[in-house]
Amino acid sequence: MTSNFKRPDGRKFDELREFEAKVGIVPNADGSAMYRSGETIAIAAVYGPKKMHPQHSQNPEKGTLRCTYNMNSFSVSERIRPGPSRRSTEISKITEWALEPVLMLDKFQNMVVDVHINIIQADAGTRCAGINAAAMALAHAGIPMKDMVSSVSVGKLDKTIVVDLSKEEEDYEEGEGPTDIPISMTHSGDITHFQLDGKIDSKQLMEAVELAKKSCEQIYEVQKKALKDSIDLTGGED
Amino acid sequence: MTEEHKRTVVIPGETIKEGDAYLPGEGTEKQGNKIVALRYGLAEEHNRLVKVIPLSGVYQPRRGNIVIGKCNLITFNGWVIDIGTAENAFLPIMETPRYVAKDRLDEVMKIGDICVVQIFSVNGRGIDLTMKARGLGRIDEGIVFRINSNKVPRVIGKEGSMIKIIRDYTNCNITVGQNGYIWIKGDKIEDELFAKKAIMFITEKSFMEGLTEKVEEWFKENGGVKKETKKSEEKSGDKKED
Amino acid sequence: MGGEEIDITTKVTAERIKKYLEQGKRFDGRKTDEFRNIIVEPNVSNKAEGSVKVKVGKTEVIVGVKMETATPYPDSPNKGNLMVTAEFLPLSSSRIELGPPKFDSIETGRIIDRIIRESKFIELEKLCIKEGEKVWTVFIDIYTINDDGNILDAAGIGAVAALKLAKVPKYDEEKEKVDYKEYTGKLPLKEMNPFTITVHKIGKHLIVDPTREEEDVSEARISVGSSEGIIHSLQKGNSGCFSAEEIKKCFEIVEKSWKELFKKVNAQLK
Repeated sequence: MTSNFKRPDGRKFDELREFEAKVGIVPNADGSAMYRSGETIAIAAVYGPKKMHPQHSQNPEKGTLRCTYNMNSFSVSERIRPGPSRRSTEISKITEWALEPVLMLDKFQNMVVDVHINIIQADAGTRCAGINAAAMALAHAGIPMKDMVSSVSVGKLDKTIVVDLSKEEEDYEEGEGPTDIPISMTHSGDITHFQLDGKIDSKQLMEAVELAKKSCEQIYEVQKKALKDSIDLTGGED
Repeated sequence: MTEEHKRTVVIPGETIKEGDAYLPGEGTEKQGNKIVALRYGLAEEHNRLVKVIPLSGVYQPRRGNIVIGKCNLITFNGWVIDIGTAENAFLPIMETPRYVAKDRLDEVMKIGDICVVQIFSVNGRGIDLTMKARGLGRIDEGIVFRINSNKVPRVIGKEGSMIKIIRDYTNCNITVGQNGYIWIKGDKIEDELFAKKAIMFITEKSFMEGLTEKVEEWFKENGGVKKETKKSEEKSGDKKED
Repeated sequence: MGGEEIDITTKVTAERIKKYLEQGKRFDGRKTDEFRNIIVEPNVSNKAEGSVKVKVGKTEVIVGVKMETATPYPDSPNKGNLMVTAEFLPLSSSRIELGPPKFDSIETGRIIDRIIRESKFIELEKLCIKEGEKVWTVFIDIYTINDDGNILDAAGIGAVAALKLAKVPKYDEEKEKVDYKEYTGKLPLKEMNPFTITVHKIGKHLIVDPTREEEDVSEARISVGSSEGIIHSLQKGNSGCFSAEEIKKCFEIVEKSWKELFKKVNAQLK
């Protein structure tokens, strides 16, 4: 599936942007993390499990996961008015669905785990960076989890499948235009989140999924390293 | 003689050990012939039992735990105490050391007061508390602060060894609640703050080996002087001294 | 984790805070008129016209400046507009609930707005594109990242720093659009440092830069926005009172703290 397509920043089709991950960035939170992909920076903080308010939202059978996704007004060129929007509400729900399959909340009846994601700087792939940060923050908070979740945005630029679209690539208008495919999956390969905007046939879409799998492997290693590095068995916690 | 088997940091979903011989302990699950971690923490294997020691996470109330809580509500027959769990904890009138008249509940404890109590039972209706044993009661003076409940065992130390060091060097009474709340009372505020600083140091280095020696070193480096050791009774969950 | 209510500074700790203050001492060893360690990191977002991360002890805020074009207000047809908003993000503290902005964030936005506006720090007359029709609006957006007390003063430092770093984007007259990829120069500012400094009263003691623990037991506070000894804005908050003598002491504390902030902040903005 090699291609001669030249990406604006010179990356290969299966090359992720420069990444960075760190946990423990919000001292007040029970768990927190930062994930950066290229110029996109997301932070996440977890509070819980704790008593759920309002009471009528409580689930007597198991704990509830509640995610909020928010973009800072100055994370993008055209200022975003502070406050929730329809887009942020949708992404909040999608983030919940992406993470819930791995969480083990049976022992937390009537409790809630709050995950707050904030985008500090945006250059496409914000929901994926948010999910990556949130998964680390949940682990960092000691929430029982079956597996980690990693997220990446695969794309199709004209006819070529590429990984980790930048904003410039998202705005690509030539040929068939861009197709944006954010995918999240567990380390064992279960897809927990899948979206698509654009134009693609099912064969190429399956190629995109395969490419996403490989990329998520890499992202998993970054998340794992951040969690492990925060504890220095010889010297103490960061 | 050390019990510290080789420890590694693991993340959820990570395979800790592979092989039919191993058994899944707390924080792990057996998948095929693999022992997989279900939490972020330190993986430890002892006699083929593999478990994950959590470094973070919410307090799980257990019968017998000594905890520190705040009174949120007074009912006709007792006090509702917040001990940092989702379920309410309740201290009934019958479980106070001395008789209390039904219209004098707020003399024992007002809303907003902090107390040291013990968990009597954890059941479907909630958590039942008692104040009857020695060392339990309302907290009137000192400082109360919070650490992650998973670090409590390190602050207490094996058979209370760690807490003894802190007491020796600061001359303070220290009560460590299993729910992560800690009460320090000393003759001087400086001593109380010194003890708190020591405890924060322990929580930061909680997974280090040889922590007890490192803490003694820390005290010496920070100007601590070992005081006369007091006669103390050490029990699990730790109680305050007279 | 469970008890949000129990996290509020307990009565016993409050007593200790007050008792220690009687000796002029604070839990973290600071003097009553001393600020915690201040860290100012520029450019937290490259999409902002100017942005900064400010840490005061463990308290952390990020502040960004964005500029847009708009019609001017009818009573100031040749002046740019200013709008200051503060968002207390739920990620910064377990005490913050989801929902519309509560009083705290609204007050912070308004107090910072007041000092920036009244000090005339921003030369709004230089932000006119076409009189009566088009001017620049300067947005200052404050976000809390970790609340360990004194968000207000940290936000004030952030606002001043972000403005000092801010550049004006190019306005394309033909296309009637802002080109955020090109900048025409720095935001026109007066040579000043309008910081907000809040003095808190605990018992009979006046302190500056409280930690969360200390702020929980603060009975009254007075936020003073000033620059180079001139006061431009002032607001008293909470239900306690100040005597005239105490207010005078507050001004002395503010003046001393202002000099401290001036040094610490500007050193990191180079």
